[in-house]
Amino acid sequence: MAYSEKVMEHFSNPRNMGEIEDASGVGTVGNAQCGDIMRVYLDIDEDGIVRDVKFKTFGCAAAVATSSMATELVKGKSINDALKVTNKAVCEALDGLPPVKVHCSLLAEEAIHAALWDYAEKNGIAIEGLEKPKSDIHEGEEEEDY
Amino acid sequence: MTDHTIYLDNAATTAVAKEVVQEMLPYFETCWGNPSSLYELGQRAHAALSDARERIAAHLGARAQDIYFTSCGTESNNWAIKETMFAYRDKGRHFITSSTEHHATAHSALWLEKHGYEVSYLEVDSDGLIDPEAFRRALRPDTTLASLIYGNNEIGTIQPIKELAAIAHEAGVLFHTDAVQVVGHLPVDVEELGVDFLSASGHKFNAPKGVGFLYIRRGIKTKSFLDGGAQERKRRAGTENVPYIMGMARALDLSIQQLAQRREHAVALRDHLIQRVLDEVPHSRLNGHPTLRLPGNVNISFEFVEGESLLLMLEQKGVLASSGSACASGSLDPSHVLLAIGLPHEIAHGSLRMTIGHETTREDIDYTVEAIKEVVAQLRAMSPLYEDYLLGRKAVSAIKS
Ligand SMILES: Cc1ncc(COP(=O)(O)O)c(C=O)c1O
Ligand code: FES
Repeated sequence: MAYSEKVMEHFSNPRNMGEIEDASGVGTVGNAQCGDIMRVYLDIDEDGIVRDVKFKTFGCAAAVATSSMATELVKGKSINDALKVTNKAVCEALDGLPPVKVHCSLLAEEAIHAALWDYAEKNGIAIEGLEKPKSDIHEGEEEEDY
Repeated sequence: MTDHTIYLDNAATTAVAKEVVQEMLPYFETCWGNPSSLYELGQRAHAALSDARERIAAHLGARAQDIYFTSCGTESNNWAIKETMFAYRDKGRHFITSSTEHHATAHSALWLEKHGYEVSYLEVDSDGLIDPEAFRRALRPDTTLASLIYGNNEIGTIQPIKELAAIAHEAGVLFHTDAVQVVGHLPVDVEELGVDFLSASGHKFNAPKGVGFLYIRRGIKTKSFLDGGAQERKRRAGTENVPYIMGMARALDLSIQQLAQRREHAVALRDHLIQRVLDEVPHSRLNGHPTLRLPGNVNISFEFVEGESLLLMLEQKGVLASSGSACASGSLDPSHVLLAIGLPHEIAHGSLRMTIGHETTREDIDYTVEAIKEVVAQLRAMSPLYEDYLLGRKAVSAIKS
């Protein structure tokens, strides 16, 4: 199993890693099989343009590289165009992934969708073509005091 | 990338020693006859083979006739387990093993289950130790064989094999141990241990990959699945790999000669590495037993960090290690050994195995600690789990338990 140079390059120098305070939308998704977790923060302006995007990932090199690439691909796009960034597009932009690692790129797509869903909910709007994320997992709740 | 490589994966394989290469060359270049041939060229190879068998046997306190050469540790385990269960199927079809075996044993056990045998898997405690009393309770009138790993390839825990073999024998049960990680690193005496079978593999002690052996106590009827010629006392057919077997004999000679110093060296570096990492990296824990442990084995989990990313980033700093067993990479499931000692999935995923060799230096270890500190900090900065932890949120988990 070998990664492409592109994957290694994005893994070594991930773009858009970090958090956005008061983000317009946050989505956290996980893969139940490998246990990997990805969180995407979106900053969306009044015109519905993704001004900024950040991610955090607990996962393999493919998960990190696809987070990096997927966030690059949605940055500056309208919500509708951001929705069109599929895991296939992300894989292609990375010159492919080993077969066992294709599921990692799904995580990036799902995390973006989950963040868009969160944005839509917060703003009481519906985004056409966006379905409620299947694998969204609960945002960590504040630990209860005792 | 760096120009300096620190190899900390000696449990995966070791470099072939120069002396071993030298030892092998004549058996490619001049003494290349078939040991079964009657002319001189063959008989010289045959004599060399006998000599290798005697030397290896002597290092293990065994009779030369009881050492059978195989193609690897995996073959030795498969033979000892599957073929012995088959040979004694009329006595009983129950087999006992543990939940922390190498895949060569674990998958042989699965094969048995698929083919009409019954298997019991002994649990281990949080250090990876088998409870001898639990073993005693698992023995049944129809138990034929037990196979328990001597030194664990992932977490390094050393089982009380002598005690376990004695318990098996009290119940008239045969006992095999997978000593692949032990032979060449700790003193092994088959009489003292009281085992009936013992597997070893050359490439774990500076011989080439693709050669190993199985010790079988005299009087036990078991034959390899390789049918054919009369080699290995008619128990394992196939023309012997003379050069590699000669290399393995030389490698074991060297390992045994230097065993005490090498062991002391490895233990000192091991404990130094463990101590420094646990002291200097928060949220790290040692896996495996702290003292009943293979001399060169270190296995540490780092919370909030995923193993593959950890490995690749360490590689970029020149440190070669592994996450769980090398055979398991490419699979998504965390190591069955780490799950067996009770680690949750997320923590099992963030585990790092570093195995020290006799060429490892203290500078290598200190460099590695610094590299780990940097890489773990970088990955934690990237980890949503760590963010949640810092914010005092409940941990998210993708695994439904
Ligand atoms: C404990 C143990 N058993 C068996 C094996 C298999 O040995 P080989 O690689 O020679 O097939 C290994 C090595 O990977 C091992 O560590
Ligand atoms: S293996 Fe799970 S995200 Fe890559």
